[in-house]
Amino acid sequence: MSPENSVGVVAPRRVCFIEPLQLTSGAALPGFELVFETYGMLNAQCSNAVLVCHALSGSHHVAGHYADDPENLGWWDNLVGPGKALDTRKFFVVGVNNLGGCYGSTGPLSINPETAKRYGADFPLVTVEDWVAAQARLADHLGIVTWAAVIGGSLGGMQALEWSLQFPERIRHAMVIASAPKLSAQNIAFNEVARQAIISDPDFHGGYYADHGVVPTSGLRLARMVGHITYLSDSQMGEKFGRRLRHGEHKFSYDVDFEIESYLRYQGNKFASFFDANTYLMTTKALDYFDPAYHFDGNLAAALARAKASFLVASFSTDWRFSPARSREIVFALLHNRLRVVYAEIDCGAGHDSFLLDDEHYHALLRAYLENIAV
Amino acid sequence: MTEHERRAKAEQRERFDFAVIASWIPPGERVLDLGCGDGRLLRYLSETRDVSGYGVEIDRESVLGCIRNGVDVIQMDIECGLSGFEDNSFAHVIISQALQTMRTTERILTEMLRVAAEAVVSFPNFSYRANRAAISEGHMPVSEDLPYDWFDTPNVRFFTIADFENLCARLGIEIRERLAFDEAGCEVCEDPNLNGSLAFYRLGRKS
Repeated sequence: MSPENSVGVVAPRRVCFIEPLQLTSGAALPGFELVFETYGMLNAQCSNAVLVCHALSGSHHVAGHYADDPENLGWWDNLVGPGKALDTRKFFVVGVNNLGGCYGSTGPLSINPETAKRYGADFPLVTVEDWVAAQARLADHLGIVTWAAVIGGSLGGMQALEWSLQFPERIRHAMVIASAPKLSAQNIAFNEVARQAIISDPDFHGGYYADHGVVPTSGLRLARMVGHITYLSDSQMGEKFGRRLRHGEHKFSYDVDFEIESYLRYQGNKFASFFDANTYLMTTKALDYFDPAYHFDGNLAAALARAKASFLVASFSTDWRFSPARSREIVFALLHNRLRVVYAEIDCGAGHDSFLLDDEHYHALLRAYLENIAV
Repeated sequence: MTEHERRAKAEQRERFDFAVIASWIPPGERVLDLGCGDGRLLRYLSETRDVSGYGVEIDRESVLGCIRNGVDVIQMDIECGLSGFEDNSFAHVIISQALQTMRTTERILTEMLRVAAEAVVSFPNFSYRANRAAISEGHMPVSEDLPYDWFDTPNVRFFTIADFENLCARLGIEIRERLAFDEAGCEVCEDPNLNGSLAFYRLGRKS
C-alpha cells in the first residue's frame, strides 16, 4: 500500500531518437535512447510540465516505487507526489536518466553500433549542455514546448540553469538548488582524486572493463568515499559519528576502528555495486567543464544575458561543496540582467546533501514558489 | 481595543505608510526594499504603481512570506553591506521602518546611495512629544510607532529627526524631502523633531 501522498507504482519508459546528436566535444552520437518516468497528467495546454534533473548519482526514478520493488523509492520522493511540495495534482513531472547514465539511457554500458560491443571508454564525453540538448528532444517527444519549471539540486541545478541559457523560450522557471555557476579548483581537485581512484584500479582496463568481465570496484568505492565526504558537513559528521569506535577500543590495525570509516566503506561498497565507473568519470568531467561564463571571458552576468526565466536559487548554510557564496554569484548575475529571482539561504546542518532532505522550511519554500507558478 | 481592531488599525496605518512611500516612487520604476519583511510594501507598489523590484530580508519566515506574496526576495544580511548589488542599479532603494533595527547605520545609508540614485527612509522619531513624556516619567516609550516594550524590541538604534539629519550632513547625504506625521497620521510642519512620531525622507547624494 502506498501512502496517500505517494505517486504509487510507477514504470519507466524508453524513447529512441534516431537523429544524430552533435556533442559539445565535437563528437556525435548517431542516435540515442533515454529512459524517463512521468508523474501526474500533462494538461491540455501543456503548460504544467516540470522537469526534474538529477545530480551525479541520481536517475529518472524520481518518485514512487516499482511494482516488483516496493523498497526502491524515487530519489526525490519526499518532494514529488500528490499534495507534496512539487504537487503532481497540479504538475506533470518528468524525471529522465541523463545521456551517458547507467540506469538505461544510452551510455558507456550500451552497445556501440559500430563495434557491436559495449562503448566503455569509447563513449564520448558529454556535457551539461549536451544533457540539456538531449532533454529537449524528450520534451519535443512529450509535446512540451515550454517547461513550467526545470528543477534540480547540485549538478541538477546546473542543468536547470543551462536550460535557461540554451532554450530561454522553453523554460518559465529555473529552480537552482545547492548549485554553483562553475566548479572551484577545490571542487575539480576532489573530482580528480575520484577519477584517479577509478583509473588506477587494475580492473579498470582503460575503461574497457566490461570486455574483461570485471568492474573497477575498489576504484569506484574510493571515488564515492571521497565524494561522500564533500556531501556532508563537518559538524554533521561530528554529530553523527564523532570519534566513536566500532569495537569500543583501539584495535591497532587498518581494519575499521572508527565508525566514520565503517560508514564510508559502507557507502562506497553500496555505490560500487550498482554504479558504472565510466559514467562516474564522465559525469565528474561534465561537472568540471560546466561554466556558462567560459565563452564570455569569465563574465557570468554577460553569460546569463540570454536567460528569460524567473529563478529560484537556494543554498544551504553548511554546504561547503557549493557554498551559499556560489549561489549568490548566480543571484547577482541574474540581478544584473534584471531577471526575476528569489534567493533563499536555508539553515540546515546536513551540508550539500541537504537538498535531498525534507527539511520543513526548505520544502515550505519550494512549495510556496511552486504554488505561485501559473499553469 | 480588541485584537481585531488593533489589527485593523495597524493595517490602516501600514497602508498610510505605504502611500507616503509610493508617492515618491514614479510608476514603473525598479526598486530595492531593504528589510522588506513579507514583501507587503513591494506588493503594494507593484499593484498600485506597477513598480518592480526585489526585497532583501534576513528572517526566514519573512522570506517565505515574500515568496507566498509573489515578491522577489534575496535572503541576506544587510548588516554585511550590499556587496554584489551594482552601483546605481536601482532608481530607488527603500528602508521602511527597519533602519532602527540595524547596527551598521552609516554603512547601510552609504551603501543605499551607492546602489540607487535616491533612498527613501522612514523611522520612528524617538524625540516625539509622547516619547519625551514617557522618558520624563522615567520609562522607555511605547507608542504607535514604537510599539515594543524595552525588553522585547527589535530596535537597536534609538534616534531622532535631528540626530538623523546630523548624520546625513556628516555623510554628505542630501535631504531632498522630509515628511513627518503625528500618531494620528496628520502631517506635522512645525517642529517635527518634537511633534513628529514617524519621519519619511527622500535622500540623495550631494552633487
